[in-house]
Amino acid sequence: MSEEPRYKLTIRAVRKTYGPVVALADAALDLGEGEFLTLLGPSGSGKTTLLMVVAGLIQPDRGEVWIDGRLATYLPSFKRDIGMVFQNYALFPHLTVHENIAFPLRMRRTPEATIAREVKRVLEVVRLPDVGERLPRQLSGGQQQRIALARCIVYRPSIILMDEPLGALDKKLRDQMQLEIKHLHTQLGITVLYVTHDQEEAMIMSDRICLMNEGRIEQVGTPDELYFRPHTAFVADFLGESNILEGTVAGADGDTVTVSGVAGATVRVQARADVKAAGRVRFMVRPERMVVLAPGDDAPNVVEGVLRDVILVGGVTKYYVALADGRVVSATRLTAGPASPTVAGAPVRLGWAVDGAVLLPDGGAPT
Amino acid sequence: MTGAVAEAALPGLARRRFPAWLAAWPLFPALLFLAVVFLYPVAQLLWLSLVDKQGALTGIHYARLFRSTVYVQVLLITLKISAWTTLFCILGGYPVAYLLATTTERRRNALTLWVLLPFWTSFLVRTFSWIVLLGRRGAVNNLILALGLTDAPADLIFNLTGVLIGMTHALMPLGILTMVSVMENIDPNLAKAASTLGARGGQAFWRIYFPLSMPGVAASGLLVFITATGFFITPALLGGRKETMITQVIIEQVQEMLNWAFAGAISLLLLVSALLVFYLYDRALGMSTLAGSAPVVDRRGGRRGNPIARLGGFLGGSAIAGLGWVSDRLAELVEVAIPPRAHRPHRAWSRGALWTVGLLIVAFLALPAFFIVPVSFTTEAFIEWPPRGFTLKWYGIYLESRQWVWATLRSLAVGVATGALAMLIATPAAFVLARREVRGKTGALAFILSPLIIPRMIIAVALFYLYARVGLVGTSLGLVLGHTVLAIPYVVVTVMAVLKTYDERLDQAAWSLGANRLRTLRHVTVPLIRAGLVAAFLFAFITSFDELTIALFVTSGLATTLPKQMWDEALFKITPTLAAVSTILFVFITGMILLAEYFRRRAVRA
Repeated sequence: MSEEPRYKLTIRAVRKTYGPVVALADAALDLGEGEFLTLLGPSGSGKTTLLMVVAGLIQPDRGEVWIDGRLATYLPSFKRDIGMVFQNYALFPHLTVHENIAFPLRMRRTPEATIAREVKRVLEVVRLPDVGERLPRQLSGGQQQRIALARCIVYRPSIILMDEPLGALDKKLRDQMQLEIKHLHTQLGITVLYVTHDQEEAMIMSDRICLMNEGRIEQVGTPDELYFRPHTAFVADFLGESNILEGTVAGADGDTVTVSGVAGATVRVQARADVKAAGRVRFMVRPERMVVLAPGDDAPNVVEGVLRDVILVGGVTKYYVALADGRVVSATRLTAGPASPTVAGAPVRLGWAVDGAVLLPDGGAPT
Repeated sequence: MTGAVAEAALPGLARRRFPAWLAAWPLFPALLFLAVVFLYPVAQLLWLSLVDKQGALTGIHYARLFRSTVYVQVLLITLKISAWTTLFCILGGYPVAYLLATTTERRRNALTLWVLLPFWTSFLVRTFSWIVLLGRRGAVNNLILALGLTDAPADLIFNLTGVLIGMTHALMPLGILTMVSVMENIDPNLAKAASTLGARGGQAFWRIYFPLSMPGVAASGLLVFITATGFFITPALLGGRKETMITQVIIEQVQEMLNWAFAGAISLLLLVSALLVFYLYDRALGMSTLAGSAPVVDRRGGRRGNPIARLGGFLGGSAIAGLGWVSDRLAELVEVAIPPRAHRPHRAWSRGALWTVGLLIVAFLALPAFFIVPVSFTTEAFIEWPPRGFTLKWYGIYLESRQWVWATLRSLAVGVATGALAMLIATPAAFVLARREVRGKTGALAFILSPLIIPRMIIAVALFYLYARVGLVGTSLGLVLGHTVLAIPYVVVTVMAVLKTYDERLDQAAWSLGANRLRTLRHVTVPLIRAGLVAAFLFAFITSFDELTIALFVTSGLATTLPKQMWDEALFKITPTLAAVSTILFVFITGMILLAEYFRRRAVRA
């Protein structure tokens, strides 16, 4: 018991390679009790590999995995005290719903009376009290999803792992299930490690997000932190839309940094304690913080460009503007009415507040 | 369905819409062909057994069948041998099928080849190789004597042991391939899910994987059993008097007595036994298992439905739970000896054990045929192990014999003709069956596949009777027609499998680009499925090339085929010449399989 017990899951320097391919490069992560943490990233980023290592379905090359204070790196899955929801649910097709949920209890040699009680209890928790005698294939996708979840929570494992569990559902049902899983999480106080490639889903459900890219962890933090204070251009770009601009630091003054040569303009950006402001820097402005300035309007920071496109998306309208250095940035505005006829090629000015821009720490990969 | 949508979208095609039943026209040649060359003769043979010479209904043939206990006894022996063969095929085949279905792509391809090799190698060649291995002067006795385990050679053939070894060896590949087709469709996530839910390997296997693989086991058992009841090569060459099987009696009746009616009666007895097995199978396991869906287990492990099935299900459920429990206690014992360590990687020992068993079984299947090769170079005039000296004499005899060379050429020609005819008839049918929704499709498919299920001997006798009246006995045409009946199911199944992976939108794209149906077929569809078509042709060719049952009756005198020539010679004496011919055949078939496999893999990749 050398591990601090307050973590349900601790991952230390876990590495996994397939020949020359590094699937997972020295990942480290802590998961507190009752926490909902999402592994987010594009396909091939290593998020599923990390989940499988925790599940014991992939053996890492090195590193440690601690589950509930117990070293579990190379323990077989069935000795790990985990639950897992698979993308295709992996409900046993030849067993009834009741038998599916009873399965983990039988494996633990739970008395028959307790099994009956517990199965009934979790079926009520997932609000499907009457489907016990049905077969998985007689249920809808959303119902199967809930049964898969019930099968996990019935034996109260230390952590529940979910591998893109909503990937097979259509948009509407997915939205509904996101909230439902979230409610179950709060209601039951379960600890969840969740995998998705959908950034919106991650933002909605997670206490914290672990954003991964090319086998490494880019940033771990709350959705707020990742959205407003991204550590890298990749994070800035992956979560929501972002405009990445760059220039040369001309001076620093307390809270603000002056950056020149940004598409021909000089702008002021809020300083960040964790970012060294010198030489070439990159910063990010979210499209919703960029304002298309009407003639005569002014803003703390202004760049000039040429309007390329105006697109009505629904609730918002997007403006695409080519800047002097050829970079195309976007600005969104709430749709107020039919867009005024706009001329592609018309000169426009874009403005944003000083705190609308976020300095990025890395020189980073160019985006 | 998508085809119908596309048709509606293209006005040129929609205008000349066929009546619904005519839309299935490509199916008709196959149905018509099988009706004339398969259904009609079989029905007539069975009818013949029910009437007397004047054409009035009579039970005389059946009265004779049951008057003495001889035939009933032969039937019982047949059923007994078939049942044992089926049991050994399933027990031995299951681990191999499991490995094939669960291992990596690369290993699966290698392993598949070693299962396919015995599958397609001539039954005759394989039976000869067992004579080389198990005979009094065979390799096994040689080894036993050398090790000093016994003083005298053991009797391994011309008895039940020999027949069972030979038949298990002959039919296990069929059993394996049938089981694999079901196991491949079992979601690998289920075993992982069971493990995360707390199930050890044993429980996960017995409670989850095994029940889901049962349809494959059942289908495989059925196919092996039915095929086994129709066997005559192995019992005739490896068995003694007490292992006479019913097909041998049929051959005797036809070839020596020319008693069609009585042969028909025995055939019907065989057919009824086969159908009875079907029926009992359906009662115990349900036909749904043939269609590939898993048996259903409810709370108490019982299956729904009739009381017999429920009792069976309950016993099955209890057995499964028990097996899971036993294998887990075993695993725990191993764990006490070698505790699992959380801080160090380790391999599952059970997987290693499984591979050992699996590879031993594959060796049992693949290796015997190789023993025939050295024997073909012996300088002695009889077969013994180890072969002495080195001579090409036996190959010389083969090449200089007009009889052997003509038989070989004729087999090749008949094989090619059968392949061509079967492709011509079966490919259009496969297109309809794979792509269209036509009424009675299941029935049509069942009919087209039925030559696989009906014991081959019945088809052969029926064809002989038909040919005798229309003058086709002894002709190559008769052989080609008969072999085509047997090849059609293989071609249909292979082409349907290829079409399943073919994206029909490619055809629709071609239509939308202005190509008519024929040009689309020529320039888009056929080039894309060519590899699959070639594989189908090769399967049809091998089916004919290796065929003995029909050839046994339909060929006569000089106009014989290679398997028939080998059979006639083998009944007389197993000579080194046979070993030489077998070697040539073995090398040839191996080449064909590698070729077919090459094309199949290209088809999969395309």
